[in-house]
Amino acid sequence: MSELALDVDGLGKNFGGLPAVRDVVLKVELGERHLLLGPNGAGKTTLFNLIAGDIRPSTGSIRLFGRDVTRMRTDQRTHMGVARTYQIITLFAESTLTHNVVMSLTGLSRCRFDPFTSLDRRTGFRERAREVLATVGLEHLADRKVSETSYGERRRLEIAMAMAQEPSLLLLDEPLAGLSADERGEVQRLLESIPRSVTIVMIEHDMDVALAFADRITVMQRGAVVVEGNRAEVVADPKTKEVYLGH
Amino acid sequence: MNFWVIQGLNGLAFGSLLFILAAGFSLIFGLMRVANLAHGAFFMLGAYVGLSAIDNGMNFWVAILIGGLTVCVLGGVMEGLILRRLAGQPLAQVLVTLGIAFIIADGCLWLWSGDPRPLPMPSELQGVLRFGGLIFPKYRLFVVVVAVCLAGALWLLLERSRVGAMIRAGVDDMEMARVMGIRTSLLFPLVFCLGSALAGAGGVLAGPILSVYPSMDTDMLPMALVVVILGGVGSLGGAFVGALVIGFIYSYGQALVPDLAYVILFLPMVLVLTIRPTGLFGRRLV
Amino acid sequence: MTARSGVWLVVMVVALVLVPVLIGSPFYVNLASQVLIYAILAMSLNLLVGFGGLTSLGHAAYLGFAAYVTIYLTTLAGFGQFSGALIALVATTGLAMLFGFLALRASGLGFLMITLALGQILWGLAFRWVSLTGGDNGLGGMQRPHPFGIDLGDPNAFYYFALCFFLVAFAGIALFVRSPFGHSLRGSRDQPRRMRALGYNVWFVQWCGFVYAGFWGAIAGILYAYYNQFVSPHALNLMTSAETLLMVIAGGAGTLFGPIVGAVLVVVLKNVVSAYIARWVMLLGAVFVMIVLFMPEGLVPGTTRWTKLALGRRRRAAGGGPGEATGTAAVQERSS
Repeated sequence: MSELALDVDGLGKNFGGLPAVRDVVLKVELGERHLLLGPNGAGKTTLFNLIAGDIRPSTGSIRLFGRDVTRMRTDQRTHMGVARTYQIITLFAESTLTHNVVMSLTGLSRCRFDPFTSLDRRTGFRERAREVLATVGLEHLADRKVSETSYGERRRLEIAMAMAQEPSLLLLDEPLAGLSADERGEVQRLLESIPRSVTIVMIEHDMDVALAFADRITVMQRGAVVVEGNRAEVVADPKTKEVYLGH
Repeated sequence: MNFWVIQGLNGLAFGSLLFILAAGFSLIFGLMRVANLAHGAFFMLGAYVGLSAIDNGMNFWVAILIGGLTVCVLGGVMEGLILRRLAGQPLAQVLVTLGIAFIIADGCLWLWSGDPRPLPMPSELQGVLRFGGLIFPKYRLFVVVVAVCLAGALWLLLERSRVGAMIRAGVDDMEMARVMGIRTSLLFPLVFCLGSALAGAGGVLAGPILSVYPSMDTDMLPMALVVVILGGVGSLGGAFVGALVIGFIYSYGQALVPDLAYVILFLPMVLVLTIRPTGLFGRRLV
Repeated sequence: MTARSGVWLVVMVVALVLVPVLIGSPFYVNLASQVLIYAILAMSLNLLVGFGGLTSLGHAAYLGFAAYVTIYLTTLAGFGQFSGALIALVATTGLAMLFGFLALRASGLGFLMITLALGQILWGLAFRWVSLTGGDNGLGGMQRPHPFGIDLGDPNAFYYFALCFFLVAFAGIALFVRSPFGHSLRGSRDQPRRMRALGYNVWFVQWCGFVYAGFWGAIAGILYAYYNQFVSPHALNLMTSAETLLMVIAGGAGTLFGPIVGAVLVVVLKNVVSAYIARWVMLLGAVFVMIVLFMPEGLVPGTTRWTKLALGRRRRAAGGGPGEATGTAAVQERSS
């Protein structure tokens, strides 16, 4: 099973006795586009936090590219090729867009421990950051502060920071939420342009975009997986309708 | 044998004083997220006020009342005038309490001069009890009884009363408590005054054992911090166990290794931080 | 480095070199030496408070520990001046490694409480372990060293000696703040969770910052030992930690020049006030309360903001744009 990018087995997480995620099994192949669906509170973001390493699971295991990472720190998993975007935007608000991407680049570089040379002198990072910003259409705002940009621009910056790390596994938490129709189109094209060498797991509520994008879909409810399969299977499954139309 | 029992009682008495001090600190910290660094100064101020009350001919019990009330009012003023203006800024609040701690400490030095003064104990508690060939000073036994009664009363207040239910809800999750309609504008001053009053009255109670001296505040404050770190934030049981542990260690330490007694006090804290940073009774330290 | 801070830097260095010439009186030159020593200490604490977002109330630990070790080794244990100072530096940095490990088990107020308690341990050791530390009487009898045959007993010579260390410390910290590692520390302050997701080990970044701050605190401590030729538990007590924190916050946490301004302010105020009234501690407390209530961002960012506002108004009147607002306030809350 070494061709799996992500192998989640029997994963569970309790918060104060209440299960947020229960016995989740999730297998994502290399290069796959995998969609996580489910109503609010279904445990999707908690599952992301578990995969990224922000929180420790109560039960179960997580394997990345064949390696057990269940007890690994977040930053170690990042160095293995995981990158993510957040549902609630967490950026360096008083820094420029370029600096945000540079922080993302230095995070994977050994120079992050260098206490003597000026970061501004490392022009290589700045140039690379501008290239990445160009791929998400933000090059014209490169020197603007994050606090002076729009919501849609910040969303794209989030994706740029993740892409700058050239991840092997990209976790996208509602990349389209709160965007205008135009911006959605742009981000959608951006996501489609990501090469197949990158595996993507995405949480998204915009069904049209998400269904068109995904190879396989997992539907969650109350912390557990309800339906899992390819697009046609999931859409045809009566349990999917039950989750979405109530019961 | 005798040595261990006597020092044990001393430790118990000192631990009781620490509990009275730390319970207020822990309650305030747990509920309001204010680390009141003036708490040690409150303790000392209470002791000095009590001392003056006795100097002016009042008896010990009135002195405890006056010491507690004075500090209670001071705490209420401090909460209402300053801390509330800085709501939601824990760092600013802690720095203000530190500033006030210095003002109080220097004010005490000014008003009461620098000489340590023994606080006379009430005549009915002088002397000793003899029990099976062992001698127990009455006053220390009394302090232990007070602390146990106080622990019981606080437990009843927290677990059995409406106000207590609100406090517990606030300690667990302030946001949730607000949503449920708990008014912090009433609860915060109440808890702050209660904690302050405990510190003030505790200071008077400590007077006959520790006597009253200028650096009492900086001696006691770190111990209260250690008790809280040890026991877990906002946990009454944690403060109780933590205070007893520290009391015993201090008492035996002072008798066995006087040079290092003050240092080994902190060893349990170091140990707990290394092994279990949430404290013995499980709440995470911010 | 912007052009404006470059100008400031040149002005500062020239002024500092000229201090003994301009003042002349040994009393004030000595006062200036004290300012330099405390400025190093305040700059090192600023690494934690301003750039790391970690408010420590135990920074006197490094000053006092280094001073005690230096004096103990050179007077009682028979070490040479250089080797004594070197061992003190290494030992104090080691102490910072240990204390950092313990204090970083918590964050925010927990961190503050633990650093306070740890600082108090050292104070207790110095105060009670009389056979080793001399207790309340402290340790004395130390001679200032004679590097390259220069007698540091002379106030001017000592001033320039301290100035060398001050400038190296300033340069070291200025470089650190602009370096990738300095940015990691600031990022860990502002967005710890994001930093982890970007591949930074936030705990390790903060620990390294803690140790670096302890290192510069040790330098200040060794200079303190040379200056006073004496050390007592006073160097380790909560007052000293609080004074240092006040320097950082009053001057402006998270700025390069703030702690220096704060050190000037506190040292001068302390010496001037002590000459007239005995209530320095009360004044210190009052200044603390006032700063927090009325100028939480500190003097340097506060006045910078005011002048920029004034300049901006003038510039806008002349058709220019407003100046950009900078400065990080220590006391303002950080998003978590």
